[in-house]
Amino acid sequence: MEYRVVGQRKRRYDGMKHVTAETRYVDDIFIPGTLQVKVYRSPVAKGKVVKIDCTSALAMEGVAAVITYKDVPNNGVGFVPDQQILAEEVRYKGQPIAAVAAVDEDTALKAVERIQVEIEEEEAVFDPLEAMKPGAPKVRPEGNLHMFDGRPYRKVVYGDIEAGFREADLIVEGEYFHPCHEHACLETHVSLSVPEANGKLTIYSVAQGLMRNLRLVASALEMPEGDLRFLSNWSERVRNTWKPENPASGINFVGGVIGGGFGGKNDPQLDCVTALLALTTGQPVKWRWTREEETLYSTYRGPWHMKFKDGVKNDGRIVARKVTSIRDSGAYSHLGEYVVDKHCFLCSGPYYIPNVYVEGYLVYTNKVPSDAMRGFGITPSSFATEVQMNKIAHALNMDPWKIRFMNAYRKGDKTPTRVNLDSVSVIECMKAVAESAGVALPDELMAMSSLKGREL
Amino acid sequence: MPMLEFKVNGRNCRVEVNGADSLLEVLREKLHITSPKVGCNTGDCGTCSVLIDGKVVRSCLTNAMSANGKEVITVEGLASPGKLHPLQTAFHDNYAAQCGFCTSGMLMAAKALLDKNPKPTREDVKEGISGNLCRCTGYVKIVDAIISAADENSSREES
Repeated sequence: MEYRVVGQRKRRYDGMKHVTAETRYVDDIFIPGTLQVKVYRSPVAKGKVVKIDCTSALAMEGVAAVITYKDVPNNGVGFVPDQQILAEEVRYKGQPIAAVAAVDEDTALKAVERIQVEIEEEEAVFDPLEAMKPGAPKVRPEGNLHMFDGRPYRKVVYGDIEAGFREADLIVEGEYFHPCHEHACLETHVSLSVPEANGKLTIYSVAQGLMRNLRLVASALEMPEGDLRFLSNWSERVRNTWKPENPASGINFVGGVIGGGFGGKNDPQLDCVTALLALTTGQPVKWRWTREEETLYSTYRGPWHMKFKDGVKNDGRIVARKVTSIRDSGAYSHLGEYVVDKHCFLCSGPYYIPNVYVEGYLVYTNKVPSDAMRGFGITPSSFATEVQMNKIAHALNMDPWKIRFMNAYRKGDKTPTRVNLDSVSVIECMKAVAESAGVALPDELMAMSSLKGREL
Repeated sequence: MPMLEFKVNGRNCRVEVNGADSLLEVLREKLHITSPKVGCNTGDCGTCSVLIDGKVVRSCLTNAMSANGKEVITVEGLASPGKLHPLQTAFHDNYAAQCGFCTSGMLMAAKALLDKNPKPTREDVKEGISGNLCRCTGYVKIVDAIISAADENSSREES
């Protein structure tokens, strides 16, 4: 059967606009009278703002407004609703404390230099392993460990881990570190908020999760969700299926065209700041980050410490895996809980292991908040898993391909989270990889398939 | 303020600039020609690439007045009315644009290369776009597109 789309080569729906440069990114929107934003960033990693003096900045010619935490209606947003859009309680060096809107970026920068901030500095903690210790300085009042359904870690249990280790002929252990990783989108963060003549506010956003970010902005501005309107030049279909309760008022959120995201554009901070400044001044307000700000202060893939312990049979079967992973979240959670969840749920890799025990920690430190990036927490666990596979092959003096083929998921297997796999093609994928890499696999492996049930 | 007089995409332009303005700022903010993008403003990413008298430059590091009396070409000046430049067609057909943010710079670097070297090897192409970053990591497709545009050009000349 011939499908209209499946199996066909289709051009990108937005490709023609890209090659003619008609694609309009947020920074390509020019509205007369737009004010530009620069922010005062905290020089310390932890502390309490006790005094802010903006009078000298406000007195400057060309400065339209300066806002601080006092101007944010609900200064706590996020998955864990504690991210301060403008800080009163500073949790990381570089956190915005005051935002200036001025006629141009140079004026805004000069105004920022005139802002006087007094901070009562407190002891900070930077290393997640230190932050986990009892008595460590508290990044947040609730403690440094993120709570997963009432537990300080995400727990995954499948089978009987101790019985698995008893059954094993060999134990293979590994300790792994996965560093942090900046998304480095070619387009830096940009936000443009425009007060409209009819009283609405239009926000042009680079947010990746439009509806999620729209709600976070609404929560910071204390606007009821029913007052929100979502416009997207991203997908007609999404636009048409989004039916807000009250489409006649509130915020128009325009998005969907971004110069790279990769998980790095989920922070509602910029949209909140431009929206507040636009409401304060009645003028369009744009905030665009420099490459330096993007690199230093945008979210990034959080670093991981991982300990893997595998119980292996002499024939190559992995019969038990115990994992303890620690992810450094930085100052706030962002999507950290989901990142740790995915790490824990998928840390057996594409391999069937009958006994699995996982503890995944999300630890707060006084650093720039980390967030999702390509694969959430799976990328670090895949790295650790594949190094483990090679270590096991080496320990048993077996072909690394064979170890992978033997343990690969097959139809009918269960994942550690008890997902029944009824459509599996891991071995088929590996055969394709071998072929394109020019590796001739032995007949024994070529006879294996994920499409059939497990042989052993 | 100094007066910059130059030709942009075939049109004569006269614009007042500050002495320190970069060509990128003048193109984007004064003339609203938005194909050159602000990626880094330090000459590292190449997404602001434009042609001055046929030579590819990073417009963020180019003082606007240095284009005085010269001709600047951007992506807006690539297509002739109703007809795309072969590079534009090739980029679209070969999936060479993903998020699209590096595309303008890539197209200008590719045009400069093909104007000088109509039949480049893959190595020549890699060298030609070595000053341009793509973070969606579509370099293979971009090289494919440029090679295919070059083939298209040469087969048209032969026929």
